[in-house]
Amino acid sequence: MATEATQGAEMAGHGAEHAAETGGLVFHPMDQFIVKPLFGDGAVGMFTITNVTLWMAIAILVIVALMVLGTSRRAVVPSRSQSVAELAYGFIHKMVEDVTGKEGLVYFPYIMTLFMFIVVANFLGLIPMSFTTTSHFAVTVVLALCVFLGVTILGFVKNGPSFLSMFWVTSAPLALRPVLAIIEIISYFVRPVSHSIRLAGNVMAGHAVIKVFAGFAGLAIISPLSIVAITAIYGLEVMVAFVQAYVFTILTCVYLKDALHPHH
Amino acid sequence: MATDPIAGEITSACVDSHGSAIGMPQLCAEWIPNQVFWLVITLVVIFFVLSRIALPRIASVLAERQGTITNDIAAAEELKRQAADAEAAYDKALADARAEAQAIGQQTREDIKAKLEEATREADAQIAAKTAESEAAIAEIRASALANVEIVAKDTAEAIVAALGGKTDQAAISTAVDNRMKG
Repeated sequence: MATEATQGAEMAGHGAEHAAETGGLVFHPMDQFIVKPLFGDGAVGMFTITNVTLWMAIAILVIVALMVLGTSRRAVVPSRSQSVAELAYGFIHKMVEDVTGKEGLVYFPYIMTLFMFIVVANFLGLIPMSFTTTSHFAVTVVLALCVFLGVTILGFVKNGPSFLSMFWVTSAPLALRPVLAIIEIISYFVRPVSHSIRLAGNVMAGHAVIKVFAGFAGLAIISPLSIVAITAIYGLEVMVAFVQAYVFTILTCVYLKDALHPHH
Repeated sequence: MATDPIAGEITSACVDSHGSAIGMPQLCAEWIPNQVFWLVITLVVIFFVLSRIALPRIASVLAERQGTITNDIAAAEELKRQAADAEAAYDKALADARAEAQAIGQQTREDIKAKLEEATREADAQIAAKTAESEAAIAEIRASALANVEIVAKDTAEAIVAALGGKTDQAAISTAVDNRMKG
């Protein structure tokens, strides 16, 4: 029991020593990320209906409620929900236009899909007892790979082989260009890794820290401090939930810009 | 999430017999296909909901609002222009009325002045006529008074002469009285 708690705490990167010292306290900061079937206790297969399914379905419902039902009145003077939907639309539309230019607006629905999914999933994850889909690398890696593959294919389709000139920095001295090309290529292939781990890592770390603090609440002396800490971290997490969705989206726009205009 | 230890029931390599995670659940390979599958479904659904319904609708609402705002601004400009026109017309009417009033006042003053002068002239003429008439009457009265005095004087002189016992010579008395009165 204690070893598992220690192991879990180590994974979260916080409170490992405390867990080992106090021993009597129960820390399971990583249990919130377990994928389990909603019906029965069988193995999790590819098509099993799990808590992942549930919380992704809730995310869809929230998005539909906000973006479709909220705007159903098509009011010139918007209601609250319509205002929020318009705000989200305007925010991402402006971002795509500012970063990629007018020709990037064709891809606005794809980017809007990514943003809405991530931001809604992040905020749903902040509901106590919920399951945070965006805390899993499996999810964020798929999102990042969609962007990476899409952008790479788009780059070659739009520019042909001249897309590769992105790696050949003509503004540098000739002797340096091969070295820079290698660095550029490595950095290009690191993009999906950093893109996905940044999102899942931030969300997971925040949730795990909250669980670690919650574990300390078992000690009566520490519990007030623990509750204050949970509240503070929760506030931070609210910010992180939005900022990480924003970061993921704007990086997508930047990568898209590279595909549309590969010549620096 | 509450940890309910379901001892030995979960058949997974990533969960121990107490239902706790072994290591990072994020790295559990056997859950990945499930997550990827449902994620793809979710993204496709969200994409179609957004691209088919939500985004065109919001775009049209925003465009409509922009159009309404533009129209309202144009209407406001038009109304402002009309108000300016109305004000100019009002000012002009006011200025015209003022000028007219001034003209009428001037005219009236001149008329009154002319009438006054005429009346003054008439009155002067009447006064002159009356004066002349009066002077004539006075002269006449004076003349008649002198004649009466002469008669009275002659009669008195005759009576005095008679009383003194003299002979009353009409002509002599008359001459004498005339001479006296002249002297």
